[in-house]
Amino acid sequence: MDNLVCLNNTDPKFRPSVEKISGQNLNKCYQCAKCTAGCPIAGSVDFPPHKILRFIQLGLVKEALNAPTIWYCLSCITCTARCPNGVDLAKVMDTLRELALDVQGGKTAKPRIALFEELFLDSIRKHGRLYEMGTLLQYNLLSGRLFQDSELVMPLINKAKLEFRSKGIQGKKEIAHIFRKTNAEEG
Amino acid sequence: MKIGVFICYCGNNISATVDVEQVAKFALTLPDVVHSETIHHVCSEPGQNTIKQAIKNKGLDRIVIGACSPRIHEATFQRMVSAARLNKYMLEIANLREHCSWIHEDRSLATIKAIDLVNMAVCKVSRHKVLYPSQVEINPRTLVIGGGIAGIQAALDVAESGNEVVLVEREPSIGGNMARLDKVFPTLDCSGCILAPKMVDVANNKHISLHTYSEIEKVTGFVGNFKVTIRKKARLIDTAKCTGCGACTLKCPIKAPSEFNLGLDSRGAIYIPFPQAVPHIPVIDKTICPMVLKGKCGLCQKMCPTQAIDYKQEDTLIEESFGAIIVATGYELVDWKKLYGEYGHGRYPNVISSMQYERLLSASGPTGGHVILPSDFKKPHAEQREPKIIAFVACVGSRDEKVGRPYCSGVCCMYTAKYAMLTKEHIPAAEVYIFYMDLRAAGKSYEEFVRRAQEKYGARYIRGRVSKIYERNGRMVIMSADTLLGKQVQLEADLVVLAAGVASSSGANQLAQKLNISHDQYGFFIESHPKLRPVEASTAGIFICGACQGPKDIPLSVAQASSAAAKVLGLISHEKLETSPLVAEVNINRCIGCFRCLEVCPFTAIEKQEMRGGAWVARVNPALCQGCGLCNATCLPGAISLNGFTDDQILSEVEAICLVNPEL
Amino acid sequence: MSVQAYFPGCSLESSSREFDKSTHLVCKALDIDLKELPDWSCCGAHAAHHTRHNLSTILSARNLSIATKEGYDSIMAPCPACYNRLKSAQIELAECDKKQAAAREDFNFQINPDLRVFSILEFLAGIDKAVLQAKVKKNLKELKVAAYYGCLLVRPPKLVNFDDPESPVTMDEILTAVGATVVPWDYKVQCCGASLSVSDPDIQAKLCADILEMAKLAGAQAIVVACPLCHANLDLKQGQINRRMSTHYDIPIFYLTQIIGLAWGFSPQELEIDKHMVDSMSLLTAVLK
Repeated sequence: MDNLVCLNNTDPKFRPSVEKISGQNLNKCYQCAKCTAGCPIAGSVDFPPHKILRFIQLGLVKEALNAPTIWYCLSCITCTARCPNGVDLAKVMDTLRELALDVQGGKTAKPRIALFEELFLDSIRKHGRLYEMGTLLQYNLLSGRLFQDSELVMPLINKAKLEFRSKGIQGKKEIAHIFRKTNAEEG
Repeated sequence: MKIGVFICYCGNNISATVDVEQVAKFALTLPDVVHSETIHHVCSEPGQNTIKQAIKNKGLDRIVIGACSPRIHEATFQRMVSAARLNKYMLEIANLREHCSWIHEDRSLATIKAIDLVNMAVCKVSRHKVLYPSQVEINPRTLVIGGGIAGIQAALDVAESGNEVVLVEREPSIGGNMARLDKVFPTLDCSGCILAPKMVDVANNKHISLHTYSEIEKVTGFVGNFKVTIRKKARLIDTAKCTGCGACTLKCPIKAPSEFNLGLDSRGAIYIPFPQAVPHIPVIDKTICPMVLKGKCGLCQKMCPTQAIDYKQEDTLIEESFGAIIVATGYELVDWKKLYGEYGHGRYPNVISSMQYERLLSASGPTGGHVILPSDFKKPHAEQREPKIIAFVACVGSRDEKVGRPYCSGVCCMYTAKYAMLTKEHIPAAEVYIFYMDLRAAGKSYEEFVRRAQEKYGARYIRGRVSKIYERNGRMVIMSADTLLGKQVQLEADLVVLAAGVASSSGANQLAQKLNISHDQYGFFIESHPKLRPVEASTAGIFICGACQGPKDIPLSVAQASSAAAKVLGLISHEKLETSPLVAEVNINRCIGCFRCLEVCPFTAIEKQEMRGGAWVARVNPALCQGCGLCNATCLPGAISLNGFTDDQILSEVEAICLVNPEL
Repeated sequence: MSVQAYFPGCSLESSSREFDKSTHLVCKALDIDLKELPDWSCCGAHAAHHTRHNLSTILSARNLSIATKEGYDSIMAPCPACYNRLKSAQIELAECDKKQAAAREDFNFQINPDLRVFSILEFLAGIDKAVLQAKVKKNLKELKVAAYYGCLLVRPPKLVNFDDPESPVTMDEILTAVGATVVPWDYKVQCCGASLSVSDPDIQAKLCADILEMAKLAGAQAIVVACPLCHANLDLKQGQINRRMSTHYDIPIFYLTQIIGLAWGFSPQELEIDKHMVDSMSLLTAVLK
């Protein structure tokens, strides 16, 4: 009976909390699915965007926060640009990712995507800017995809498109302060 | 002076928020109030009887009713007061519902406000004077603006009574949008077959004068006595000489996109808009005719056997008088090309609007009723292809806040179902897809119609809004979703028909201004009451029907048109009309003749009057005055007063509300 | 010579150095001196706003504050992601007094609310076409290109409103003005897969293959972009795309500024066109003779 949704057991506070963070009125969504229709990753996920929004409307917290869709979202903003009701779904996706990290203590449905984003932020915290080479190497190590894109490394080095050292900035302390203050200390 | 106060519970509309008993009790403490009570429904028969009895038993001479807005029941209560042999202007209504209970939540504060409102009404009514309405004659002629199906029906229904009707249409022919339609739901009868006879009836009816290619220039006057200036635009054709043979249109060297066929084919600079046009008289498009622009050509003049072409013809203005006006200016399709970049902004020939598809289906259309791909129009006949897969996209410019059209078109669910059936009848092998959001088929036999499109004709309904339409290898790719499947879907189609939403007719706002009637933000005219006065405009004597009031299908438009005609006949069946005595009056002893009042009066009701000594003073024509009070407010020496709203009365209300009541 | 504050962003320092180089050349030719924002930091890109909204806003606020303190009234950020983040942060702070106060008190930021943020496309779109045309030295008529805008140059409409979000034309018009032949096509604003190229390259390969296919069908010999990520996904990864999708695309991907530079007579080497992974020189040799 896993596919039975008992509406009495849904969380009525979930939608309002997503609305508060994202600043969107999610009751405006009338499930036309124009978001799904134009979404570049909708064809690659089990729960396309309009269903994610339906999960929120109904208070199905786990379904929304565990859906890989929220990590596949590319922030291409096509859904936002075309929504007939002016719902900024891209922003809602940001909110869901943030909640997924907070509520689920860093356990996410698509660990690789979350890992890359974490490493990306790490690099900024350390250097103030993205150190592409370092971040990609770390990602390959930690994601277990050791040789991903390895064939590109030599040509990139030959074309001087990969830096071997990070160009740190002067204001590293300031950056660290920013990470601290915005509670983004560690992933 | 004996004032009676009656406070209405209005079920719990008022009593839930206002302590009506306390209000009634308080009213008894006011000067000259000799009777005060609450009534559950003042408007009901027992409620009215209670007041009548009180007037009789207690000898009341002034009445205050605390109830709903006077816009709703003032006339009812005036009749009641008259029936109790009291002058009907000895009544004052305190609006305790719209102005108080409906808009407040705090019961004690709302009760205090209700008391204030009743106090104001009591103070005002104590200064009321007996007033008597005067009478004006009603002109029995009716003006109908707009010659689509609604205007035609209204004109015919009014003319049926033997009264005169003038029908004014902006386009060169009557018929409106319905003339473009192929077959109409839910019976699939031929639109032309049911409309054309009515168009001819209009032309032949001896009680109807038809002005096509004409517009309303100016409207003055009031119910029963409107004066309207009509601009007859120059057709450059002497209609008295023209026989409608059409010879003139044959040799015209100019081509322009045909309005009637929505650009699917072209017409000349001189053209008859469509074969069934009424009147069947051509018109010259002055913006492109080389004879008009450069004095060169004149081919049509040479072709005309009756010398009916007159390049020098000018617009003429005619002035007519009417007792009533029916507005039936219809609708236009939402301009999807401007609004939907994701559907290509109109750059793909095989993405067309619903109205264009009507013309493709129509036997009198540019393809003679053969559904062929617009991209193939210019190809040799043998290479012209029929579409095999056709997609219809609903709600394009409807239910879409993003493009400023949040409302439902009311018709596109139905006509896309119709297209599914007609398409299958034209091309039996065609596959029909309909992308929709919800199916709204609430009219009589409508649900059965939509079911038939699916069950009998096999139309595939896909529930999802289309996100993008683009061209790939000569076919149109539709990116959508199927929410019932929960997946993204894609379809390659040969032809895409966008069910464009309904917008008000262009120029509706300007016309509303000329007529002094209200319209909403989308340009649709607003009725006096959405339920009880659905065809009356906000100005007396003006009626609205059809899609100019809001999106509507043919059955509803016709029903409204007949309803408007009935309202007009009710009005003009009287020879005389009571006019309200609540008009402005000039105290000539105080008037200094500055005539600021004359400048501000929107109804041209102020006239100059010469006194015996040669001085000029203002005079109000009570037949024209609408009692708006602008002159009253403008008059520097205070010479003008407004009956029923005199300075004395208004100031007494102000005083009442400013006075702090120690008991509260 | 006029001065323009310049926010290169991280990619332009390394993997898309040719975008940086060509942007400098084009601006110099327009008599505009690009002044790099001193000690700028990363905008946080997707990673920050995807998961740490406040961090994202404050990271960009730091850069906006530097620009304000340096006295600039506008910043040009060639990378659309940087552009989007800077603009989002600016609007968010302008709309919320509380966040504004926090930025001021917690970080000592000063942000001019009227500071204008440009992408390179918006910046060039504001220049009279006659000026662009007048500098043309090389005839690019034989070069058939598809202008590819991607996501953040024209979306969301609330933030970006100098062009139509669905059928943008500004890049087409600029390319036409400098003499290239621009083909009409329908994939101008489809997403390239962005950062999924790292974390889920299968999806990115499919999305990019669609874009390459549509450009080819439209008759384009090359695609023109104004985004480092679009360039990386279409150029750097084109070989991978071919392997994953069993396709054989060989479509050079140029930066908008490289094409303008070519038309204005800069050499392909100066514009670092040889840094592309897909061989772009053969096409240029063929059409520029």
